[in-house]
Amino acid sequence: MLTFVGLGLYDLEDISAKGLEAIRSADFVCLEAYTSLLTGTSLAEMRCYYGKDLEVLKRDDVEQHPEGFLSKAIDTNVVFLTGGDPMVSTTHIDLRIRAARMGVKTEIIHGSSIVSAVCGLSGLQNYRFGKSCSLPFPYGKWCPKTPGDVIKKNLADNLHTIVYLDIQEDRYMTVHEAVNLLESMVTESGFQIPCYVGIARAGSPEPKVRAGVAATMRETDFGGPLHILVVPAGLHDMEREYLEVFAGYGNSDLL
Amino acid sequence: MVRGKKMVERVMELMTEPAHIRNIGIVAHIDHGKTTLSDNLLAGAGIISEELAGKQLFMDSDAEEQARGITIDASNVSMVHEYNGQEYLINMIDTPGHVDFGGDVTRAMRAVDGAVVLVDAVEGTMPQTETVLRQALKEQVRPILFINKVDRLINELKVDEMEMQIRLGKVIDKVNKLIKGMNEESYNNGWKLDASLGTVAFGSALYNWAVSAPYMKKSGVSFKEVFDKCKAGDMKSLAQSSPLSEVLLDMVVTHLPNPKDAQKRRIGVIWHGDKESPEGKSMLNCDPNGPVSMMVTDISFDPHAGEVATGRLFSGKMKRGDEVYVMGTAGKSNRLQQVGIFMGPKRVEVEELFCGNIAAVTGLKDAIVGSTITSLVNITPFESLKHYSEPVMTVAVEAKNMKDLPKLVEVLRQVGKEDPTLQVAINEETGEHLIAGMGELHLEIVTGRIKRDKGVEIITSEPIVVYRETAVQKAGPVEGKSPNRHNRFYLVLEPLSDEVVDLIRKGEVSMNQTALERRDILVKAGMGKDEAKSVKDIKGTNMLFDMTKGIQYLNETMELVIEGLHEALAGGPLADEPVQNLKISLVDVKLHEDAIHRGPAQVIPAVRGAVKAGLLMAGDSLLEPVQKIQITVPTDQMGNATSQIQGRRGTIFDIMSEGDTITVVGKAPVAELFGFAGDIRSATEGRAMWSTEFIGFELVPNNLVKEVVLAIRKRKGLKESVPTPADYLA
Ligand SMILES: Nc1nc2c(ncn2[C@@H]2O[C@H](COP(=O)(O)OP(=O)(O)OP(=O)(O)O)[C@@H](O)[C@H]2O)c(=O)[nH]1
Ligand SMILES: [Mg+2]
Repeated sequence: MLTFVGLGLYDLEDISAKGLEAIRSADFVCLEAYTSLLTGTSLAEMRCYYGKDLEVLKRDDVEQHPEGFLSKAIDTNVVFLTGGDPMVSTTHIDLRIRAARMGVKTEIIHGSSIVSAVCGLSGLQNYRFGKSCSLPFPYGKWCPKTPGDVIKKNLADNLHTIVYLDIQEDRYMTVHEAVNLLESMVTESGFQIPCYVGIARAGSPEPKVRAGVAATMRETDFGGPLHILVVPAGLHDMEREYLEVFAGYGNSDLL
Repeated sequence: MVRGKKMVERVMELMTEPAHIRNIGIVAHIDHGKTTLSDNLLAGAGIISEELAGKQLFMDSDAEEQARGITIDASNVSMVHEYNGQEYLINMIDTPGHVDFGGDVTRAMRAVDGAVVLVDAVEGTMPQTETVLRQALKEQVRPILFINKVDRLINELKVDEMEMQIRLGKVIDKVNKLIKGMNEESYNNGWKLDASLGTVAFGSALYNWAVSAPYMKKSGVSFKEVFDKCKAGDMKSLAQSSPLSEVLLDMVVTHLPNPKDAQKRRIGVIWHGDKESPEGKSMLNCDPNGPVSMMVTDISFDPHAGEVATGRLFSGKMKRGDEVYVMGTAGKSNRLQQVGIFMGPKRVEVEELFCGNIAAVTGLKDAIVGSTITSLVNITPFESLKHYSEPVMTVAVEAKNMKDLPKLVEVLRQVGKEDPTLQVAINEETGEHLIAGMGELHLEIVTGRIKRDKGVEIITSEPIVVYRETAVQKAGPVEGKSPNRHNRFYLVLEPLSDEVVDLIRKGEVSMNQTALERRDILVKAGMGKDEAKSVKDIKGTNMLFDMTKGIQYLNETMELVIEGLHEALAGGPLADEPVQNLKISLVDVKLHEDAIHRGPAQVIPAVRGAVKAGLLMAGDSLLEPVQKIQITVPTDQMGNATSQIQGRRGTIFDIMSEGDTITVVGKAPVAELFGFAGDIRSATEGRAMWSTEFIGFELVPNNLVKEVVLAIRKRKGLKESVPTPADYLA
């Protein structure tokens, strides 16, 4: 049996009671730590809290060579931990297909996801989001323009855009870096992003949420990881009010 | 005689007058007397004393050069020559003749406009004579001829006056034949050498005399007189009545072009930008008031000033503090610190440098050999320098002492920068670095200098032959999947046609030219139009084609595809040796919508895996470097010469007899040529004259492949069994 367990957003206690039970009764527990990570805790803390050893999996172990833990799951209980909600990351969809093809029974125990947390923290309505996009760190000359294109199209359709910021082994993208990248992208392709909502440490006791123009984003100290960015389209009255109350919207901006 | 500072002042004055400048290179086969000639020209111009000249204390200034009696590094010097009451600035480069250092000749030919080709009157034209001529003509550098060591003809071979004339005539004919064969157009347009017109001189660099038809007329010295004086051993008086430097430099001034005239012709060949642009016009006219454009042809390290970049300034002027840009780097400007010229081993700072000269500057921290320097932010770079030879041998080096580990890495980077014909592979993890070079001597010199000049104690392995991998048949489409399986690349691999490989080698097809220009050249070489316009990358002699149509996101992913390809080409699946002559066609692609899911971590391994698997399916084979060998021996030694080639898996393609000597021409793989020098000497009782030259990579014979591959894999610590395509397509 392979049980996908979502750890939720930030720290140890974001996991569901069901998920915790699954870990405690598992024969083998592994943790995927490259698509997202819990910044409010550490590996050692997790091991203590669960009372279980954890094997940390790198991208290669999951994408290239999952046979190891998949074959364990044929006759023992394996728990596969991920940040957020397990199936939000495309890799894990593939993993569940592979497992099923090997004859391994699978189950999902959901966790809270950044997708819904963004709605909660920004007040932007779930049904008004268009396609989301991710923003990678440029690599050499590689700097894909897709994020700009997605935002442009969503804005034209009056839809909000979630921009997932790159997470790598040794660094994570900040709202500042993201805004700078997007601003140079949009100047090149000739449109404007009227407003951003920057969010840091969703799920923590002290999340930071700030709405405003690019300059406001650059001035704001968002603090430690993880960061995420939203590009809102035209705001409904309720959305605007929510941002004013909870995200300092309009305080220093001329909007 | 003008010495020291005064000379520099005159150089500075003349530097601003293109009509009175000549940039020349001294080129020849090894030992034909280039440095002896250069020294004597300098002595004639008063830069060094007559006693020093010929003892090679000046131009071969390096201790290693003096100990071995050969030139290793090209060196530059400027001097002033007076002709018909007018002073001329001669910027001269003495180049090495040993085939291992041929890269210096290639680079020098970019910096100069004319070449003095030396031929030893006794040896006649030799393989490197041909190579240096080809390099000169390729760069539109005009050759003139000096037949040297005529004293040997008379005193050693004891030829009579008649025979001497015949022999000299033969050398001229041979060189003309070479020029005509390489560039008939230039040959017909006045580059044919003609003693009566004064484009040929002959004499003795060692004894400091020379004659040419015009100088004979001027001085009244007759051919008979030359012969008699030489025979009588009275070369001192010849050196008085017909001094080498006068004759040679008169010839240089009269027949070699000044930079203004030369650039009109040469720019179109060495630079493919828009001729109507400000930089284009300025270079064509050698305009000091136009934008700076300089090509770096040499980098050396000065213990005090740091990196010194030497090269030809084609337009504009430079002075200390100027901000210039190095094309192909981040676009931040570099500030010139010192500007100057080389006077042999010494560098002399000047106030300002003018176009049409060879400049030596510091402060170009982003430049490498081949860089284009400009005062504009962006110009089309100069055509890259293509060396005819490739590294054929590698040594592994390690620091002897732990504490030198970081220093060695830094030193190796410097060494790679100073000598672009070297390939340096740094491995900080294992500490075992690889240096690949042109031959045994090259590597010996380089490793020797790391110890001597850079002060790092190193342990060096025995030299090992460099191999290549290539496809011998067509394979594919091969499907390469990204680790997340959301991206797929379909590749067809096959051998790239010989014609196209040749065009790449000659630099006629490159990623520097416009797509349109490239397409037309490729179509002319027989490629279909669709393919010819779809070239996305050229790496070594490998070419990537994008044959897909309208695939979303592919454009912004191409950089990563190319990187994955380069990783695969850097080491093939057979023996982790560089891949060459491969044609890769992208025929279909599937990409994830979202950028991160088709990022570097996904695309690079997918493409790399597909190329490696595809290579195996395309019959990945091993190539080894092969050298052309020419041996001249007395007729009775012929058997010993041929067996030296045949006994080394070699073949013989020509045997030519001339008088009582015989010349055997053949080829053999580098792997069999270790110790050749010693063996040929003992086999022929030291009477052989021989030379070798790289001619390319050829397939390792089938019956040897397994053994060679296994040996390489073991040495590199790879799994002994060769991988299968499935290993790369997980
Ligand atoms: N007899 C005689 N010997 C000469 C003459 N010119 C040079 N040599 C000798 O030939 C040898 C090689 O001379 P170099 O000037 O070092 O030749 P090179 O062409 O510079 O050699 P590399 O730079 O190593 O290719 C030396 O021993 C010289 O003394 C000459 O005119 N007559
Ligand atoms: Mg020399």
